[in-house]
Amino acid sequence: MLVLQAIIEGVLVGGFYALMAAGLTLVFGVMDIVNFAIGALIVLGAYLSYSVCNHLHIDPFLSLLITTPLMTGLGMFIYVFLIKPIKTNRVVMSLLTMFAVATLIEGILDICYNSGFVQIHASYINNSLKIGKLNFPLIYVLSFLLSVFLLGCLFLITYRTKFGRSLRASMQNPVAARLVGIDTDRVSMITLGIGIGLAAIGGMVFGTTNAFNASSSYDIISRLLVIVILGGFGSVGGALVSAIFMLVIQDVVAVVWSPVWGSTTFYMILILVLLVRPQGLFGKKGVRAQ
Amino acid sequence: MHKLRLGSVANRRKVQIGAVLGAAALAVTGLTVPNAIAAGKPITIGISVSLSGDFSGDGVATQQGYKIWAAWQNAHGGILGRPVVLKFLSDASSPTQVVTNYQKFMTADKVDFVLGPYSTKLTKPASNTANRYHYVMLEGIGGGPSVFSRGLKNVFDVSASATYQLVTYAKWLAATQKPQPIAYATMDDPFIQPMVDYARAYLDKKGFTEAVYKVYPAETTDFSPIASAVAATGAKIAILGTMPPDGYAMVQNFIQAKYNPEQLIMASGPDQGADFTKSVGITNTEGLMVPNTWIPTSNYPGNKDMVAAYIKAYGGDINAINADVPEAFAAGQVLAEAVNKIGSTDNKKLQAYLHSGASFTSVQGPVQFAADGQNSGAAPYVFQWQKGVYLPVLPLGGPDKVSPIETMRPDWGTTPGM
Repeated sequence: MLVLQAIIEGVLVGGFYALMAAGLTLVFGVMDIVNFAIGALIVLGAYLSYSVCNHLHIDPFLSLLITTPLMTGLGMFIYVFLIKPIKTNRVVMSLLTMFAVATLIEGILDICYNSGFVQIHASYINNSLKIGKLNFPLIYVLSFLLSVFLLGCLFLITYRTKFGRSLRASMQNPVAARLVGIDTDRVSMITLGIGIGLAAIGGMVFGTTNAFNASSSYDIISRLLVIVILGGFGSVGGALVSAIFMLVIQDVVAVVWSPVWGSTTFYMILILVLLVRPQGLFGKKGVRAQ
Repeated sequence: MHKLRLGSVANRRKVQIGAVLGAAALAVTGLTVPNAIAAGKPITIGISVSLSGDFSGDGVATQQGYKIWAAWQNAHGGILGRPVVLKFLSDASSPTQVVTNYQKFMTADKVDFVLGPYSTKLTKPASNTANRYHYVMLEGIGGGPSVFSRGLKNVFDVSASATYQLVTYAKWLAATQKPQPIAYATMDDPFIQPMVDYARAYLDKKGFTEAVYKVYPAETTDFSPIASAVAATGAKIAILGTMPPDGYAMVQNFIQAKYNPEQLIMASGPDQGADFTKSVGITNTEGLMVPNTWIPTSNYPGNKDMVAAYIKAYGGDINAINADVPEAFAAGQVLAEAVNKIGSTDNKKLQAYLHSGASFTSVQGPVQFAADGQNSGAAPYVFQWQKGVYLPVLPLGGPDKVSPIETMRPDWGTTPGM
């Protein structure tokens, strides 16, 4: 029963990690940028939700109506003013730029909120649904449903819209996409906006399930990178599968054996997978080499 | 020994500068003007603090403790009659950066003394560096056993040793309760895990069995499987080796799992004042326990001044003061007492004196160093949240008055009589 409980928790928590990783993988797919600021942006999203909830006394999920557009705008701002102007050695320079953005965000948050831990509260956050002997924490259930819904929307946008076609074309071959008239700058700007908008949502969920401060980003970024590497850079579906896989493995090993071995076991599986499929589970071989 | 000769122009200027520095420090912390103001060439003390990274919450509290101590010390004649000036560098919670910081203090800045950083993880490399440059390192917040097992003679912990911090509770448990299964979960931290392991070994010998024992890595963010494993045992007593954010998440997961242990003690977390109550909710704090080396209402020298200065400078109330504040303050106090006693800024003489078996007083109580540098004179307390108030409940029969311990926690979210 404990193993089944661990599997359920792994799937539920994996859902919201997938949501956070989706933004990271999408941005890499389109722009060849590893968004090293994703951890800091998730924490920024958590703080924004925390502030909105506290000042307007609204539900954390409703706070997303304010924080998501704000963070999406921030993503577009970062693209227009920090990424787009980079003309040479773009991959390395953008990596450094995003690292600088992360440091800047952490510093500002430290000043604005000091370094004490805070947590987002709502009346139902400690509630859970009991089915038989199994326990379903309500906040994880809600965030999982939200993640599935948003990832579904992302899928529809990517595969059923004109923008999605432009986005996939930019991912497959940016030069060819430009030649056929796709405004790849606009696609990149919107993609970074979406990626960082998703961070706002992930941040809210993170902030309701963990006490956090400005430095909490360090614990998030490594996990997200691992999820994206296993799933395959650029693959949203891969992020979902690998996030759930990672969390289930870790949780089951934690209850059956030891939490210390949870991460180790997952990393061993990651190495084995990468030996067989260096591009990750769902990554396309050689796409970025074009 | 530096003596002031007020006759010379140069020394008069030093006196003026010292007085200004002392007054400025007082103004910052809001302490009242004392009967003796330090003057002369400042005593410089280098301290690395974690203002960002994993330890930033505690790092800021550590810095606050040191700042308040310096102002208090200056208001009480400084060290050797000279004002204390603290130099801070942030180490971003990095064991590499902390080494760089102390090297800079000792080689470039040539400070008179150094005091310890936050955590065992940083104190280990920092004290190695201090040893290399023949500096003493007094500290109050890095007392994991591994700091003292390396044969270094220059590191001294003014707080109760980590190993023994849960022993007060374990002894009380063995003396008052029937042997029964206990659930353990602890972070693999060099300070925290030994606390739990020592208490566990003690209780094992007394016939208490292990319902579960889980060690989790420091970078864990998903505590649900660990909490589920603990909850599944249904153990009435849980002993957790948590750091602040982990403890908060663990409480949340226990509530979600509807696990209500009768007794729940955490290595750290409930001692974090307002951060703790805001994160877990004040009604969920009832009955939660934590070991601590300090009583906010203590009459030990400097404590009332420290509490007043803290509240004036940083706000909040007595329960909101992070335990790192008195731990840092105490390190400064012992340094000042020892240096004033030997009448010299020579670190070699200071080290010899600290090893001499001499006793010191601090806001945390008596300090006396064993051969390995641990404080053999301290008696750890146990605190418990009762009706929204953070109260000392153990040890019984000790020097301080303690409140009756609540042996049966109520269900989460309920506080009888509140």
